[in-house]
Amino acid sequence: MSAIIIRNGRVIDPANKRDEVVDLTIVDERIADQSAIKNQKTETIDAKGLIVAPGLIDMHVHLREPGFGHKETIASGAHAAAAGGFTTIVCMPNTLPAADNPATIAWIKDRANRTASVNVLPTGAISKNIAGEELAPIGSLGQAGVVAITDDGHCVQNHELMRRAVEYARMVGLPVLDHCQDYNLVGNGVVNEGYWSTLLGLPGWPAAGEEAIVMRNILLAELCDHHIHCQHISAAGSVRLIREAQARGVKISGEVCPHHIALTDEAIQNFDTNYKMNPPLRSKADVDAILEGIADGTLSILCSDHAPHAGFEKEVEFDQAPFGIVGLETALGIFIDQLVHKHHKIDIVRLIKMYTLEPAKLLKLDAGTLSVGAPADVTLIASDLEWTVRTDQFQSLSRNSPFDGWKLKGRAVRTIVNGKTVWSL
Amino acid sequence: MQMDDKKHIASPARTSGVPIMDAEAIWRALRRIAHEIIEQNADLKSVVLAGIPLRGVEVAHRLAEFIRDVAKIDIETGTIDVAMHRDDVGTRAELPMVHASKLPLPLEHRTVIIVDDVLFTGRTVRAAMDAISSFGRPARIQLAALVDRGHRELPIRADYVGKNLPTATREQIQVRLQNVDQEPDAVWLFKE
Amino acid sequence: MNWNRKDLLGLRELSADEINFILETADAFKQVGTREIKKVPALRGKTLVNFFVEPSTRTRTSFELAAFRLSADVINISATTSSLTKGETLKDTARNLEALHADILVLRHSSAGAAQFLAQRLKSSVINAGDGAHEHPTQGLLDMYTIREKRGRIDNLHVVIVGDILFSRVARSNIFGLTKLGARVTLVGPSTLVPREFEKLGVTVSNQIDKVLPDADVVNLLRIQHERQRKEYFPGISEYTTLFGLTKERAKLLKPNCLVMHPGPINRGVEIDSEVADGLQSVILDQVTNGLAVRMAVLYLCGGIAA
Repeated sequence: MSAIIIRNGRVIDPANKRDEVVDLTIVDERIADQSAIKNQKTETIDAKGLIVAPGLIDMHVHLREPGFGHKETIASGAHAAAAGGFTTIVCMPNTLPAADNPATIAWIKDRANRTASVNVLPTGAISKNIAGEELAPIGSLGQAGVVAITDDGHCVQNHELMRRAVEYARMVGLPVLDHCQDYNLVGNGVVNEGYWSTLLGLPGWPAAGEEAIVMRNILLAELCDHHIHCQHISAAGSVRLIREAQARGVKISGEVCPHHIALTDEAIQNFDTNYKMNPPLRSKADVDAILEGIADGTLSILCSDHAPHAGFEKEVEFDQAPFGIVGLETALGIFIDQLVHKHHKIDIVRLIKMYTLEPAKLLKLDAGTLSVGAPADVTLIASDLEWTVRTDQFQSLSRNSPFDGWKLKGRAVRTIVNGKTVWSL
Repeated sequence: MQMDDKKHIASPARTSGVPIMDAEAIWRALRRIAHEIIEQNADLKSVVLAGIPLRGVEVAHRLAEFIRDVAKIDIETGTIDVAMHRDDVGTRAELPMVHASKLPLPLEHRTVIIVDDVLFTGRTVRAAMDAISSFGRPARIQLAALVDRGHRELPIRADYVGKNLPTATREQIQVRLQNVDQEPDAVWLFKE
Repeated sequence: MNWNRKDLLGLRELSADEINFILETADAFKQVGTREIKKVPALRGKTLVNFFVEPSTRTRTSFELAAFRLSADVINISATTSSLTKGETLKDTARNLEALHADILVLRHSSAGAAQFLAQRLKSSVINAGDGAHEHPTQGLLDMYTIREKRGRIDNLHVVIVGDILFSRVARSNIFGLTKLGARVTLVGPSTLVPREFEKLGVTVSNQIDKVLPDADVVNLLRIQHERQRKEYFPGISEYTTLFGLTKERAKLLKPNCLVMHPGPINRGVEIDSEVADGLQSVILDQVTNGLAVRMAVLYLCGGIAA
């Protein structure tokens, strides 16, 4: 029997509509009522001036194990998550082998159990080997414990196959997450099609390449009456389509990454591959539309799309570099800085909701709340703390971030998983 | 032109300079050189006055005028760029500006007189001789300079000199010519 | 004007003064080609590496000859002989070349930004000889040199560039350079290959060549490479010729003193009729000659400054 009292923090728990300065009690790895404390040895954490939030959930993370341990391991990725304030991360299936079978899922879970400092929840692939040709064994993946299915990094192009996947996932009770990219429209595009792609002669990735699949997903969600969640929304048109569909009651949702609100495609002009991600950085108009989508609730979930790559892999010609940037250790800071402080689009309560309750609801997780009896996953946040991003101090094995040197306001200062502090500033 | 004449460097303050030759002295010196050229070249028609940019070109034109006045002969002039023939490219922080060379061709059986404003180390003249030989093989090459300030680093000697001026190496000689510099003709000595 | 760049990566980053300075320097070097001994010692003792990761005989030869005329030593490395095919990264290959004391690296590469990538990582001079669809600065310079030589100026001239603009580094370097020097530029071609987005670069976009030609002072025809492109961009060569080829008939629309240019190699009968390519208005071979002078100037300026 052990107990922790987090004293004098501002407890924000969107699931219970709580926002008050109060002590939070943890007993035996669970959130408890203060009365549960009897004679146990009690640790006290002073949270004066801090926000006490449910442990944050990042539902879009690439841990590179199995297959690419030189970029990130489950252990290093979990450390990075802890340092970023996340107590639960959802990892994507594009590993080697792909997470398209129960054995790989079991391997990931075992590895996570033994090495990860935060909760690691795997997703399974929609299609075998993420090739978009045959369905993966979605039912078995569900039994193995995946929280969703997705072909992230890839996109099922065959609408019929996607339709059957959604229908099947509905039977199994798994939400479908989709990386929205029409291969024909996108071709070999590497940056947003627009002024900068024209100027630099880089192959363009048109916004319509995302919007077409968002529309497809809306139609399939309607047809199959099942939830489809559109990953890393980057384009204004996608926001509009999702907003309109949600108004009709379609089970469609969307998520946002920090780089798609903090940067525009203007950043690519020096061919720095740390600005290369998929979907690409887009125009100011797209950024504005995404900010509006966050403000009006169209886009309900925040995530990092943490995509580690080794330095030597990124230090190549722009069009030959892999897509993606690391994000776990900067995501919360950028979101608080941009959404709350800079653009005043949402308050910190909404932000925490988008990082806790919303993903927990979508993925049906026993997480994201400070209800009594819930697992004691807690993140302490200093929403006004000013700090500077230093990639050389990252816990992640990789350094591929465009935010090195950025001065941000707001970050996590302590991360508690199952009642245990796994990271503190 | 001096090898070390850095045209891009702002001239030292005018006050620190000592006038060595004025317009009148330059006029007399060039007229005398013109006479010497006439005396020493029996076949004046074969002579080419090849100026080294920038002021050597102007000096060559003035010599041609004097020769026309005295000998009633239109003597040919040309430009010989030395920048691309220098031996110090890649060792300098700044590059000498290159100019197009322009010489009447062919050079065979001609006398090319290299003309420059100041003769110093001799390296510019060496470069000019190299440049000339890439155009052909003249019968002879001669050298005329408005000022010879000494300190040769190569076995080179001028055939025609307007004024011999003993200097210290750290001193600078600057020639100003109306058509090039938009200043009155003058030769200035600057102490370091 | 004081040149202080070790690299030439593109014309977008150059000022009008810098472009004019290169063109003036090229004037001086053009004259070297007329000498009995076409060689000056300006880059004696320097080593130039022609590093061509994408094949190009014409540009490589021009750089090679330019280097010879400046007395530099030259080695040629092409994609087939380079170790890039063995999986070595561009950075590693280039650093190996630098370890051999290569002073100047002339890079042709299929990726936009490849020259800048190397320039940021090497002490050697890097000259961009074409990077993907980005820039081909020496081609842009030689086109401008030729226009200036034939027409005496560039400002206020109307230059029409016809063809596959979207994938053309030649077009981009021309657009950047010509607009800086005050020319009016019109891009002509199929709407798929000349997106309206180009208008944001300060040029006019047209899909009707017959309306544009009568007002042109220069027509620069780009090579059409249907085989290399995705077939979606235009239906085929013969339709291209019908709509955009500079045929004998169309050439009659040109002003008598309009220059006809082409960066080569020419597809006779496709983007230009044989008679027009060889006609009086054609300055295509002057472009080749001028390319040598321009490249000598660029090598002299970038390679001549002390490291």
